[in-house]
Amino acid sequence: MTEEIIIAGFGGQGVLSMGKIMAYSGVMQDMEVSWMPSYGPEMRGGTANVTVIISSGRISSPILRNFDTAVILNQQSLDKFENSVKPGGVLIYDSNGLTRFPVRKDITVYRIDATEESRKMNSPKTFNMIVLGGFLKVKPIIKLENVIKGLKKSLPERYHNLIPMNEDALKRGMEIIKKV
Amino acid sequence: MAEVTGIKEYIKPENLVYTRTKLMTENVLHYCPGCGHSTAHRILAEVIDEEGLQSETIGVCPVGCSVFLYNYIDVDVQEAAHGRAPAVATAVKRLMPDKFVFTYQGDGDLAAIGTAETIHSCNRGENILIIFINNGIYGMTGGQMAPTTLEGMKTATCPYGRDVKLMGYPLKITEIVATLPGTYYVTRQSVHTPANVRKTKKAIKKAVQYQKLNKGTCFIEIVSNCPSGWKMTPVQANKWMEENMFAKYPLGDIKTPVE
Amino acid sequence: MEKELRLMKGNEAIAEAAIRAGADGYFGYPITPQSEILEYLMEANPMNTTGMVVLQAESELAAINMVYGGAACGKRVMTSSSSPGISLKQEGITYIAGAELPCLIVNVVRGGPGLGTIQPAQSDYFQAVKGGGHGDYHLIVLAPASVQEMADFVDLSFELAFKYRNPVMILSDGAIGQMMEKVWLSPQKERSKVAPDWATTGKPTTRKHNIITSLELDPNVQEAFNEKLVRKYNKIREEEVRFEEFQCEDAEYLLVAYGTSARVCQKSVQLARQQGIKVGLLRPITLFPFPYKKIGALAGRVKGMLSVEMSAGQMVEDVLLSVNGKVPVFHFGRMGGIVTTPEEVVENLKSKFLKG
Repeated sequence: MTEEIIIAGFGGQGVLSMGKIMAYSGVMQDMEVSWMPSYGPEMRGGTANVTVIISSGRISSPILRNFDTAVILNQQSLDKFENSVKPGGVLIYDSNGLTRFPVRKDITVYRIDATEESRKMNSPKTFNMIVLGGFLKVKPIIKLENVIKGLKKSLPERYHNLIPMNEDALKRGMEIIKKV
Repeated sequence: MAEVTGIKEYIKPENLVYTRTKLMTENVLHYCPGCGHSTAHRILAEVIDEEGLQSETIGVCPVGCSVFLYNYIDVDVQEAAHGRAPAVATAVKRLMPDKFVFTYQGDGDLAAIGTAETIHSCNRGENILIIFINNGIYGMTGGQMAPTTLEGMKTATCPYGRDVKLMGYPLKITEIVATLPGTYYVTRQSVHTPANVRKTKKAIKKAVQYQKLNKGTCFIEIVSNCPSGWKMTPVQANKWMEENMFAKYPLGDIKTPVE
Repeated sequence: MEKELRLMKGNEAIAEAAIRAGADGYFGYPITPQSEILEYLMEANPMNTTGMVVLQAESELAAINMVYGGAACGKRVMTSSSSPGISLKQEGITYIAGAELPCLIVNVVRGGPGLGTIQPAQSDYFQAVKGGGHGDYHLIVLAPASVQEMADFVDLSFELAFKYRNPVMILSDGAIGQMMEKVWLSPQKERSKVAPDWATTGKPTTRKHNIITSLELDPNVQEAFNEKLVRKYNKIREEEVRFEEFQCEDAEYLLVAYGTSARVCQKSVQLARQQGIKVGLLRPITLFPFPYKKIGALAGRVKGMLSVEMSAGQMVEDVLLSVNGKVPVFHFGRMGGIVTTPEEVVENLKSKFLKG
């Protein structure tokens, strides 16, 4: 099993940390992982993206042109990465702020209104966990318990009191994601 | 030449008035006649010997006439790149904090190419002794202008005299480092008379004690001469130094510890 | 003691591995994309555990000269930087080579020339393996292709550095520095308490004074020293060549790539084979010494080679030397901080060797 994922959005949306939690979760499940971020000035407010690979075998290239799954969190990222999804692959997007929607017919497209949902839940910081929950619903490659373990590993101890809130967000994401 | 007879009769311990300093090697010094380096080396070696520090001393000598200090003083020595001695000594002292660490640098090295290393080592208060030989000229490379060359002074690269409007002013780096909180003891001395030699030696001894107590950077400038570079006899050079160099670089303590 | 599993960035792995390898000192200056090394060490504060000194210097020049001073005391010392900073360090590196001092220099390469970009590149190959500073000298150059190797090569570098009294460079790049992977960390080694006999540690009465210098005014003595260095480099060429083969046994075409490019090319090999093209990969792990003999031997078995580098074509010159005209050799690589994708490599291979 190898899953090649790109997560892309604005800096500050928790793109990199969502990828990091995915990678940690993969480690908890005894998988091989790689996490390759875009880095530099674009991290500060501009677009940010991260390539995460989770595999049962040795990972070759951490840098990819085509992905099994694209998690798209803003318009620029949709424009940039829609064509990078492999035929038969998956595209997950948050519709917040989008003026143009995915058009490809040879991939499966899911929509998750995580921005709106996090607002409803009054916890905008769990936005990326809602998205991650949606991803796990569509691609159940990691068990929820390992994601929680991954969260514990990636969060400093002083934030461990926030884990139940994040768990709720993950579960909520699983509920609200829908196929387009 | 008059025949010397019976000289062996005079070679007796009770007639001994002068001897090679124990920690000076038997290598013949390459310094020009009358150059202050030889005396400065000798008193440094004397202090290391008198303080029983031979096995505790690591010296750092960068590019300049004194790069060959390691040929003359019988202690462990690192030759350093031009200007970088304080950085080198920083690591030596931090990795071996119980050792006595000194740098021995000229004016071009310390106050031109190595200004950043000088300032920052002093600013960090590295527990090292910096010995700064200031003769207002690049001696090793054949007498070019140094940052400390006096206004109007002629060198190979300011043959019409240093024009401060074009070439900048003589840099009083010792006064600059004295303003930094990291420096503990900053003084300016010379080695051209027996009295000055004694004062300089006393200053080095103080610096040794301060280093033992981890007080911070000690900085000793020795205003010196360069008979070859200045194109003077040793006697003329010392006289010129007293009249001109000391006017710009007055001798004495600049920063003394508040006891 | 068992190894410890962590998920880390390449830069963090280097820093943690340095502490665990029993390093005595790190001296650095911030520059993207490797500042995490200094940041990690400052946060870990190993002075309180192993006694390792960590210092932020005023410049790259100061940092490399601190390494010189520490190495001259026989300590396990290191610095790290990225391309423009490594250029600044070259003076110190040639002095270190000239004084035959062991140390580790890490270059997390970014694109150039000049200030260039902060994105990954492999355009410092020539600088690393052909000299860099002035004078006849070589670094031992190790090219990690994973976060695991970033960690493993720290201890290996110190071992080689002290074995040969020679500076060692880890030539990495921004991609490996910034990416996270699983890494198994070795248990904590104790810092060495014994100094080599050549080190300046203070002269006891039992030996002559030790002098660390790269200066010699007598041409005959200097030439004899240069010849000694040549003998050392030849011994390194004989004994320290390291490489990895990936599906070379039946390969008709060979990719040659190191570091990040080698990871990309592993995937290219898989993609090409899916298309029925038998491609293999030779990954040099040591760039000095370069695996000339191995690549020369493979030249007798394949139809052509493609050197894949994130540069305008640097390592390809060593591949050409290895092959010595036996088969065609081409270069392919992206520049400016762009990492080649696996597909691009396959497309390029096809366009070079399988036209029509």
